[in-house]
Amino acid sequence: MKQKTNWIPWVLATVVTMALAGYLGQRLTGEDRTVFVPGAMTHGHHQIELGCDTCHTPFNGVKQEACVECHGARLAASDDSHPKKKFEDPRNAEQLDILDARLCVTCHLEHRPQKTRAMGLTLPDDYCFHCHQEVGEDRPSHQGLAFDSCASAGCHNYHDNTALYEDFLAKHANEPALLLRASLPQRGLAARMRASGIAIKPPLARSQQDAPAGIKPDEAVLQEWADTAHARGGVNCSDCHQPRQADGAVAAWTDKPGHAACAQCHETEVKGFLDSRHGMRLKQNLPPMTPAMARHPMQADARDRELGCASCHGAHGFDTRRAAVESCLGCHDDQHSRAFKESPHFLAGTAGKPAVTCATCHLPRTPHKHGDTNVVRVEHNQNWNLRPNEKMVRGVCLNCHGLGFTLDALADPALIANNFRGQPARHVESVEWAAQRVTQPSKGDTP
Amino acid sequence: MKSLKVVVPALLLAGLGAGAVATAAGITPQSMADALHMVLETDRTVYTRLIVNRLQNEEKVIKASEHWKEEKALVLPAQMFRAGAEMTRDKGASFSYSLLSLWPVNKQNKPKTDAEKKGLQYVVDNKGKNFYTDEKLGGKKYFTAVYPDYAVAQACITCHNDHKDTPKKDFKMGDVMGAVVIRIPVDG
Repeated sequence: MKQKTNWIPWVLATVVTMALAGYLGQRLTGEDRTVFVPGAMTHGHHQIELGCDTCHTPFNGVKQEACVECHGARLAASDDSHPKKKFEDPRNAEQLDILDARLCVTCHLEHRPQKTRAMGLTLPDDYCFHCHQEVGEDRPSHQGLAFDSCASAGCHNYHDNTALYEDFLAKHANEPALLLRASLPQRGLAARMRASGIAIKPPLARSQQDAPAGIKPDEAVLQEWADTAHARGGVNCSDCHQPRQADGAVAAWTDKPGHAACAQCHETEVKGFLDSRHGMRLKQNLPPMTPAMARHPMQADARDRELGCASCHGAHGFDTRRAAVESCLGCHDDQHSRAFKESPHFLAGTAGKPAVTCATCHLPRTPHKHGDTNVVRVEHNQNWNLRPNEKMVRGVCLNCHGLGFTLDALADPALIANNFRGQPARHVESVEWAAQRVTQPSKGDTP
Repeated sequence: MKSLKVVVPALLLAGLGAGAVATAAGITPQSMADALHMVLETDRTVYTRLIVNRLQNEEKVIKASEHWKEEKALVLPAQMFRAGAEMTRDKGASFSYSLLSLWPVNKQNKPKTDAEKKGLQYVVDNKGKNFYTDEKLGGKKYFTAVYPDYAVAQACITCHNDHKDTPKKDFKMGDVMGAVVIRIPVDG
């Protein structure tokens, strides 16, 4: 007997499948692709989780170049202790079977919130063991130390050991907590502009402003501009509001110039900003970062502030002092930030001006090469000096502090939280160990 | 042993020693390794004698230092050699080379594979002779050549004997201090 086909389930299945395909297809090509995010991202990448193509190829593979594009320059600047090229010799093939150190994603997988630990690491913390299990043979001081403590005790860093290698530790042994020569490098924007062939023009008076007819500048705005280095350096209204196009044509007036206008002269600062947690969304053509998206505690009334150059620097006053403290505290509301104005760094200043600002440490003056010219710029990518905090030692802390004190302070989370009010409660022994090993190389180690 | 099916650059051919085998069909892995070694060894000896030993030890105008960047000093000959090896790999070379020792300052540079262990001992025990073998690493077959590396300048000996991490403090001029290991991928 012929059985009658029941078409209802088939029709239902087809309709559901088509609806699902339509929905996913629309999501995939639309702006909101959250449905495809397989798990929460790390603190370093969550801002750009909807910029899927930044890291993924169309069939989900993660591009190594994507990691290098944003992180490569910093790794190179810190003489990465474990660069890819060190592992490509075939003699390392056996080790690579255990841990393929050529790929960033071997240690740093994204979308794995359950197994992600500090520094976005998704491997067990004792990974050093695979290649360095014999360390105790040469260094009795290291015998019995747990392999999950190598990078967590203030002693080693997988990538950046510029302030942690043995000879450096020994050279800086016995330094006082506060150095007599405490000082910061001088910024060198003018030198860099000269090296780039950007002319520094004669100073402009307020009456020489060149806003086109029809644009009536606010008197207060004009005065703010006239008091800045921009007016003193011959930068007029049109230079920012009507930036020159590639073909030399003058653009139409824009009320709120974006970072591209600033980059005409401040190219490396803008690049740093676009690589930073503040600007990385703009770099990926996503709407600007706002404090509402942040995972750190932020001021409630700052939630919807959109971050760009002007959000910290102001639109015409461009007061770097304000950008270095008040702009930060206008949004950041964590314990470390709230404690800043009671901190020794703030109080060591005079006339209400802090001796050390937020920017001194987090957006520090950093030497770099511009062609063949050595210049100092303000590094606007705070990742360069943020985590792990040993990254900050060389370029920031050692301008004013001794190495031993610095390592102790950075290893004490409670001291960091209260913004360094007090003395370190922890002690990192690496400086003593290194000094002993250098002076008594054969048997000087302390077991 | 199979020949490498590679187009041999003219420069490489020009650098081949008297015993080299080069035909229109190809070149043996050993000939290629020997030629590479000759260039590597010569360049490093030139750097050691004309740059490091002359400027540091004789003229005393600049130091060579392990921390050359930090101390604005000359790169050590071994570091120059390693930097070249890394840059060559970065450029995608199929062959590779490294500088190893039974008494390395950096423990990562002690022999690791069986061929390295045998080869390094061989060139120490049989002064003046090279060691050639085949080995399989990571599923790929390599022709592996091990060449003795001699102390050619006082700077080599002083630096190694005085280094806090050295396991051997009595190197003399002409001693085999380590070995250059060259690997060339072969079929099979």
